Amino acid sequence: MPDITVVLPSVLQPLAGGQSLLTAPAGGAGTVGALLDAVTGDYPVLARRLRDETGALRRYVNIYVNGEEVRRLKGLETEVSAGQEVLIIQSVAGG
Amino acid sequence: MGTMANAESYILAIGTKKGLWLAHSTDRKEWSLSGPHFLMSEIPSIGIDTRGDSPRIMVGVRSEHWGPTVAHSDDLGATWTEPEQGAISFPEGTEAALERIWQIYPDAASRPGVVWAGCEPISVWKSTDGGEHFELNRALWDHPHRSEWGAGYGGAAAHSIVVDRSGEKVHIAMSTGGVYRSLDGGASWEARNKGISAYFMPDPNPEFGQCVHKIAADAAVDGRLYAQNHHGVYRTDDDGENWEPIADGLPADFGFVMLTHPRRSGTAWVVPLKADGERIPPDGRLAVHRTDDAGGSWKRLETGLPDHEYNSVLRDAASVDTAEPVGVYFGTRGGTVYASADEGESFTEVVSHLPDVLCVRAAVVSGAAVPAFSA
Repeated sequence: MPDITVVLPSVLQPLAGGQSLLTAPAGGAGTVGALLDAVTGDYPVLARRLRDETGALRRYVNIYVNGEEVRRLKGLETEVSAGQEVLIIQSVAGG
Repeated sequence: MGTMANAESYILAIGTKKGLWLAHSTDRKEWSLSGPHFLMSEIPSIGIDTRGDSPRIMVGVRSEHWGPTVAHSDDLGATWTEPEQGAISFPEGTEAALERIWQIYPDAASRPGVVWAGCEPISVWKSTDGGEHFELNRALWDHPHRSEWGAGYGGAAAHSIVVDRSGEKVHIAMSTGGVYRSLDGGASWEARNKGISAYFMPDPNPEFGQCVHKIAADAAVDGRLYAQNHHGVYRTDDDGENWEPIADGLPADFGFVMLTHPRRSGTAWVVPLKADGERIPPDGRLAVHRTDDAGGSWKRLETGLPDHEYNSVLRDAASVDTAEPVGVYFGTRGGTVYASADEGESFTEVVSHLPDVLCVRAAVVSGAAVPAFSA
């Protein structure tokens, strides 16, 4: 099965050793939450940028699966499948 | 500018809404700057720990997108370190998440490595490893009053921490909630607000709920503290059992800043603002006021300050250093920072047109290698 790919915004890439893409084997990650666990396991600072210590996605971090923002789907419980690309994008916020 | 070895100089850390700037001076009049560090993150809290061989700068960083964290530098900002798991993280079971670090308070020289932090949501934390990892103060977190503490405009936070020489007596202030005191090093806490007005509440003299903006301890008199309240300036001589008003002689009793002298008893500084209707320096004339008699009288200090200034000065956007005479520093929401090398008698502009200044902290550094600062 093809891997699931997570695409990082450039501002977060230094926290992942300079990588723009992180991949997880499709078999292990059934949901967005599990996918984040898998791809940030080696990058705890990156993990904290995306989710707070309760596990909640930070308010202005948007994650897209199939072009849909996961808050409009099932949040971190949104399912991801083999070969999919998951985008992490900072929302338009701030002054 | 190259490195300076074995000479005494001054570091001024300026936390703003959009990053950190560091200023360096040999005379507290001419400053060179480095920065921005942490561009596009706000820096609401700074602690400069001068107890070790080299000064450690600790900063509370908060990105609107990526959340809060604590970072530190042992080389005056040349490099920064962020603990992988985060220096401050609410433990499982609290179901809380850190929002913002409002205060970083290095403890006394006799307790090296101990650093306190005050945070939003309202919480106090203590580190024993120089600010790399903090533990939540459970007694305050589990306090029966907690559900009734409120949020000021800036958020609900513990923003002031004062620890006495023994380390047993700890006063904190929160907005809103007021002053809480521990006599056992933080193992238990009691509200200590008698005399401080909460005019915005149905009962203006409640046990707690006051909006105390900042507290600071007298340099020498045990049990004496000063408070800048949301209207009202106060002093206590008995560890907060009773607070007495000391605002007579000030142009306004509102403000956010309260600074005390590091060595001389009775000396404190405030920056009055007219409020609530107009949160600006009274008549648009910015001035620092200093008392040398514990609030009995106040001296207006405005030499070197602009003729008109309509920006306010936030609670941690002011600081003193430990030199002789003491340096006084503050920054405005308009992004101008002023420094005084003579206890406020005269000010010079350090920098202007920065983003809103949220926090300034100054320290004397001696024998430290100072990295390149651009003039």
